[in-house]
Amino acid sequence: MGNVVSDQLKTVVARAKEKFGEGITNTTEALDELTLEVNPAQLAPLCQFLRDDADCHFEMLMDLCGVDYLDYRKEAAGPKYTGPRFAVVYHLLSIKHNTRVRVRTFVEGDVPIVDSVINIWNAANWYEREAFDLFGIVFDGHPDLRRLLTDYGFVGHPFRKDFPISGNVEMRYDERKRRVVYEPVSIEPRSLSKRVIREEGFGG
Amino acid sequence: MADIRNYTMNFGPQHPAAHGVLRLVLELDGEVVDRADPHIGLLHRGTEKLAETKPFNQSIGYMDRLDYVSMMCNEHAYVSAIEKLLGIEVPIRAQYIRVMFDEITRILNHLMGLGTHGLDVGAMTMFLYCFREREDLMDCYEAVSGARLHATYYRVGGVYRDLPDTMPQYQPSKWHSKKDVAKINDNRQGSLLDFIWDFTERFPKHVDEYETLLTDNRIWKQRTVGIGVVSPERALQLGFSGPMLRGSGIEWDLRRKQPYAVYDKMDFDIPVGVEGDCYDRYLVRVEEMRQSNRIIRQCVEWLRNNPGPVISDDHKIASPDRETMKYDMESLIHHFKLYTEGYCVPEGEVYSAIEHPKGEFGIYLLSDGANKPYRLKIRAPGFAHLASLDEMTRGHMIPDVVAVIGTQDIVFGEIDR
Repeated sequence: MGNVVSDQLKTVVARAKEKFGEGITNTTEALDELTLEVNPAQLAPLCQFLRDDADCHFEMLMDLCGVDYLDYRKEAAGPKYTGPRFAVVYHLLSIKHNTRVRVRTFVEGDVPIVDSVINIWNAANWYEREAFDLFGIVFDGHPDLRRLLTDYGFVGHPFRKDFPISGNVEMRYDERKRRVVYEPVSIEPRSLSKRVIREEGFGG
Repeated sequence: MADIRNYTMNFGPQHPAAHGVLRLVLELDGEVVDRADPHIGLLHRGTEKLAETKPFNQSIGYMDRLDYVSMMCNEHAYVSAIEKLLGIEVPIRAQYIRVMFDEITRILNHLMGLGTHGLDVGAMTMFLYCFREREDLMDCYEAVSGARLHATYYRVGGVYRDLPDTMPQYQPSKWHSKKDVAKINDNRQGSLLDFIWDFTERFPKHVDEYETLLTDNRIWKQRTVGIGVVSPERALQLGFSGPMLRGSGIEWDLRRKQPYAVYDKMDFDIPVGVEGDCYDRYLVRVEEMRQSNRIIRQCVEWLRNNPGPVISDDHKIASPDRETMKYDMESLIHHFKLYTEGYCVPEGEVYSAIEHPKGEFGIYLLSDGANKPYRLKIRAPGFAHLASLDEMTRGHMIPDVVAVIGTQDIVFGEIDR
């Protein structure tokens, strides 16, 4: 395992940089994987380019997910993370060239908005609904952006870092009212092991 | 003239053909489906968020509970993601054991899928036949891990322990006489590898039995041929993988194209379909079982001749064995540290995908350098497949919806996560 990506991916980086210039904010090659970080405004054109260009030809969207960077490296001794809070991460696969690429776009704001890629890859449909449901990221241009995994009438976005692991409400069947009722949770979140970041070389 | 109205019908979540907890809202024109809207999330447990609150090792057990009919394959994707970030080597014997159990798992999964698909469209016997063979394979799970389903056998750096030399035996009881028990214990006299070898000798004949029941069966063909047709272009657009993609004629298998573990040393073929309908996907799955059987045999032969370590000796990552812990202070400390705080994984991100029986199962792991994942995203193959249910069933009849659910091999543990 090294930090070398294939020649085809090197071409992808070069072609994308040439076409989008400043739109590509960062590129990383680590663990044989290539990550392109893109300005949200350039996201949809970049995706279109990655799918249609003969040198890229990423015809499949394998995964799409939201990330909340609120607590990123909170436990670290060094400088804290100060970048934008949310990101959307796309994992693309090219069957023709047998390569993968990761595209990430950072978004700011309490209601983060990015362009939908549903017209580029139809597979994005449920993935975007999921990211909307769990992180509250709005995908502009999605025709049917409903909640997907959480309960009907659920309040909040459970995968955000400021959402407690035990949730806000609990549900039970009320014998007298003869229906299901929601109440504030009665359990306290507990953690058996602390989250720590040990710097390199800890413990010898 | 009669009044023509469209119906909206609720299907599931308590329906035997819903494969668990699928709720479908079907808009019908007569008996023809206009639109199918799956409502999922009834089994949502927030696995990804739970994993963020626990040290890396403690989430391996959660992986079993994702796709709960192909447990070890899920574990494989998860542990290999951590291994990539840590940059540790897995002993070669552990890699062979993993490949062998991945293929055992593939057979387990396809037997389950085939049996329930048969049951859904009315072939009761298939279900009974398939579960007969699953029993033997779950005994293999039990022999290595102690659990028949949720094994937690793969660990970061290898597997939990080496393959056992003996198989558990049936005991006589008031229902089974000594003579009966001796008969069923007959293939359990040797090691686990002998038992698996005996299974691989028998299994191709069993697959022939399934094919006798279904492949040329008129009813089965009427229910599956030409149903749920997906063109190769659409399959790519919709993010299909595994047998769903190969059924549409695209030869794509991560075991061959992006080999992991020791799949590059294995000799096997990749079946592909032609029409992209339910029947072709059935044929692909049946052939995959035969190929898995071949791979298992190659692994058994290698494992018999090559003893060695099965887990990394880096005790910062992998637990030292119980025996040394009794007299070696350092091992005791390692053990304590591992099972309380765990280990820190270097900052970085990785996407690790394996060829799961249902398709591409990927783990996207983002670490900020802590002893717990910062973000874990599980790319479940069934999620993309179910998302296309609307497209696959549009214009078909209600019974065909059941056939399509069966052919997608839906398991809610992985879709709802």
